[in-house]
Amino acid sequence: MRKSWWKILGVLLLVYTFIAGLLIQVPRNPQLQETIRNLFFHVCMWFGMMILFIVSFVRAIMYLRTSKPIHDIASRQYAGVGILFGLLGYLTGAIWMSYTWIDSNKSIFNSFDSIAREPKLIGAAIALLVYAAYLVLRDSIQDIDKRARISAVYNIFAFAMLFPSIWIIPRLLDSLHPGGSQGNPALDPGSASANMRLVFYPAIAGWTLIGVWIATLKIRMKLIHEQKLSQ
Amino acid sequence: MKKLIIFSTFIFFTCFAKAQDVKMADIMKENGKIYVVIAIMLTILAGLILYLIRLDRKISKLEKNK
Repeated sequence: MRKSWWKILGVLLLVYTFIAGLLIQVPRNPQLQETIRNLFFHVCMWFGMMILFIVSFVRAIMYLRTSKPIHDIASRQYAGVGILFGLLGYLTGAIWMSYTWIDSNKSIFNSFDSIAREPKLIGAAIALLVYAAYLVLRDSIQDIDKRARISAVYNIFAFAMLFPSIWIIPRLLDSLHPGGSQGNPALDPGSASANMRLVFYPAIAGWTLIGVWIATLKIRMKLIHEQKLSQ
Repeated sequence: MKKLIIFSTFIFFTCFAKAQDVKMADIMKENGKIYVVIAIMLTILAGLILYLIRLDRKISKLEKNK
């Protein structure tokens, strides 16, 4: 085990999230009811994804500035864990919306056509596919230096694509998802009550720290693997 | 401005009136079954964290051996 204090902090924050997240008083919202507690899990996946992608982007720039392979490996692994968080966010969102967005007067299949047009879903899908293409591009190049440089440049492009696809366009269009054309999901005063924030912000930190922990494990594994290859 | 005040008080009162009859999992909290759910979630979390710790230790060992 290395540098364990932030790993312990991450675990403690998650334990707090799981206990307080189910026990605290939440607003009695007729549409969401108890599912409002998904804020501590579903939304935190997206925040974790964004933070991991930012780290990946910074390491890509550091690689281009210094050409040290460690930054290249780190950039790739942070992006990988970020994609994992994004997929989990998408899946949890799919489950949540099947119980809160479905029009009870129509069949599930028929109410799906309005859900499929959701700008937030399309934007998030674009962002995840752009990052999936990063993995495909990277693994298709044999030469190590070329692979590192091209994938670092593409990583910067993929990060730039996050701005329109998840931060700008979904906020301009109306949506069933909170934070449509009138604000930001989860951060607006109307989306979460004050005591929900007491759990929400620690939950973001906890989930992100676990994501960083997984990414550092993968980086260290990759480094051992590279050293074995060069021997 | 006046319209806005009337509208917001209306919204406030409708929310307040609705708040009473929204069905929540109150029974689950009253009889304490919610703690069963928490126990199960914490067990799964503990399992996953223990797995990560073991992985971390193993990688540290490999790093020392090289």
